[in-house]
Amino acid sequence: MLEVKNLHAKVEDKDILKGINLSVKAGEVHAIMGPNGSGKSTLSAVIAGNEHYEMTEGEIILDGEDITELAPEERAHKGVFLSFQYPVEIPGVSVTNFMKTAINESRKAQGLEEMPANEMLKSIREKSELLEIDRKFLSRSLNEGFSGGEKKRNEIFQMAMLEPKLAILDETDSGLDIDALRIVANGVNKLKSENNAIIVITHYQRLLDYIVPDFVHVLYKGKIVKSGGKELAYELEEKGYDWIKSEN
Amino acid sequence: MSKYTEDDLKVELENKEYEYGFYTDIESETFPVGLNEDIVRAISKKKEEPEWMTEWRLEAFRAWSEMTEPTWANVHYTKPDFQAISYYSAPKKKDKYASLDEVDPELLETFKKLGISIDEQKKLAGVAMDIVVDSVSVATTFKKTLAEKGIIFCSISEAIKEHPELVQKYLGTVVPQKDNFYAALNSAVFSDGSFCYIPKGVRCPMELSTYFRINQAGTGQFERTLVIADEESYVSYLEGCTAPSRDENQLHAAVVELIALDGAEIKYSTVQNWFPGNKDGQGGVFNFVTKRGLCEKNAKISWTQVETGSAVTWKYPSCVLKGDNSVGEFYSIAVTNNFQQADTGTKMIHLGKNTKSTIISKGISAGKSQNSYRGLVQISSRAENARNFSQCDSLLMGNNCGAHTFPYIESKNPSAKIEHEATTSKIGEDQVFYCNQRGIPTEKAIALIVNGFSKEVLNKLPMEFAVEAQKLLEISLEGSVG
Repeated sequence: MLEVKNLHAKVEDKDILKGINLSVKAGEVHAIMGPNGSGKSTLSAVIAGNEHYEMTEGEIILDGEDITELAPEERAHKGVFLSFQYPVEIPGVSVTNFMKTAINESRKAQGLEEMPANEMLKSIREKSELLEIDRKFLSRSLNEGFSGGEKKRNEIFQMAMLEPKLAILDETDSGLDIDALRIVANGVNKLKSENNAIIVITHYQRLLDYIVPDFVHVLYKGKIVKSGGKELAYELEEKGYDWIKSEN
Repeated sequence: MSKYTEDDLKVELENKEYEYGFYTDIESETFPVGLNEDIVRAISKKKEEPEWMTEWRLEAFRAWSEMTEPTWANVHYTKPDFQAISYYSAPKKKDKYASLDEVDPELLETFKKLGISIDEQKKLAGVAMDIVVDSVSVATTFKKTLAEKGIIFCSISEAIKEHPELVQKYLGTVVPQKDNFYAALNSAVFSDGSFCYIPKGVRCPMELSTYFRINQAGTGQFERTLVIADEESYVSYLEGCTAPSRDENQLHAAVVELIALDGAEIKYSTVQNWFPGNKDGQGGVFNFVTKRGLCEKNAKISWTQVETGSAVTWKYPSCVLKGDNSVGEFYSIAVTNNFQQADTGTKMIHLGKNTKSTIISKGISAGKSQNSYRGLVQISSRAENARNFSQCDSLLMGNNCGAHTFPYIESKNPSAKIEHEATTSKIGEDQVFYCNQRGIPTEKAIALIVNGFSKEVLNKLPMEFAVEAQKLLEISLEGSVG
């Protein structure tokens, strides 16, 4: 599904990613772990097409198609979804209105008609139940005054609505208490299928108890320095990142 | 990374021509340029006005001759040469049309381009149209329905002839002839405009609307609007404007007077979309407008405006809260792009006891434009328990525009409660990227963010206007993020 080849990227003349290779197949869950500043968030932003980062080398291939030159919205239309670590506020735009716009823009790009209102409402009802979201919440302005947990739950709600092929969850566990973490993780697990793939970016093992990865990669100084199965996450938890640092 | 950058978008949109920039070639009867007492008399005569009206105009002209243009606004432009303007222009056909067939086909074409064909409007139940093209009303509909309720809705010229007692009693009582330079000019030369009277206790069953157009090269337009809501009555009035594009600047100096008698309510909504000039700042309408309403006891006046057009705007729809318990409201969205300049806001003059006013102003600046809010909240010494709440929010796009706020507060009564809130924000790249990531292209993302920012004001507009206003915001701001 996703092939990242020799990816280099920099921001404001500072090299952040220095040759990332990553291969994700449909139905798989990959975890990317690493200490602060290792380039985890940069990797997710570059895959999503954030133009703040300059990609200097490499390729990003989605379903056999090179998407390196595509605008972020075009990547989104092809099924790339990023759950933000710090979702931004958009005052005066309700969650529902935002989702309606997003879904219809994607449909438009695919040459489809707008989603009929009743279908939209049905989908909203189903997905909000899945994530145990009070529907009153959906008429509030996007992320404005949301608690950390509400913001993250809202991100996953959007993922549920948009049904992406590739979902990248950037530090989705940060700011979540244990109950919220369970709800969010349950939601993600229910959305998981043979046809989509998930990349979980996290600092801690904690989230991986709920969303169990098939593969774990350790990112350090802009490179993947270790890959393994889910047991690698436990090893990291036990030994700490100093273990990685001392080896590199 | 992506091929299509914001800069490309900017270029594309700057080159987009003004949507309503077309010119209708209707035979017009135009006066020689210049202004003197003879011209004022000639205008009055042309309009077959009674003697008192001619005298009223002359009085205004004499006052105007002694006045100088105000310079305190935060706008910079080349002053119009008032002797180089023709002060009267009307479509040649003199008689009112009984049916659409009699209307000049070119004029109908103009309406079609504007998307407001009279035919369509007639069918649109609930909206009565009094269309002012180049100063003379050419079509009035729904008059009968209104007449049954005793409501008078006609051109001001007609009102001067048919209802002189009302016009004489109220004209100039809220905006006196000598009020300011542009109001004096308007009083001397106003060509036409609308008149509305709602009798005691009547709720006007439909939204009243007027479309104004500036149509003749080199003719300024000076509308005069007078709305009188008698005791315990209610009316909602909509004013929408578009104009063809011109190379030279066009002067527009309108006066709107609202009178809300005891217990009456007037809701006055405006969407203004006159030619703002091209991307280099050439051309565009000069919009110098005086709008003011008077509230008697328990009366309420709400001004709602969406200002997206004009090269220079100078406009302060105000409320004089004369009666006890009266309420004044001002909801405004002012958008400036390219080289547009707007200095707009309101005055809330609290004279009566327990008077209340609310001001919500949303300024959006893009390109190299300058957008100023200027407001006055004045509490007189006998206005016990007066209350005001003001909120002025500014949204900036790019690094070359400016937002300014000049809120003046004068309180002479210690029981007054006055609140003022202000924010300034910028559309962030992170907001746009967030939208992009969800599949929303940049242009649409900006429209979404701007609509969200303006929501409190958009919500105050009547339904059909709100839709048009949202579209206008999109058109005015496309491609302006930087």
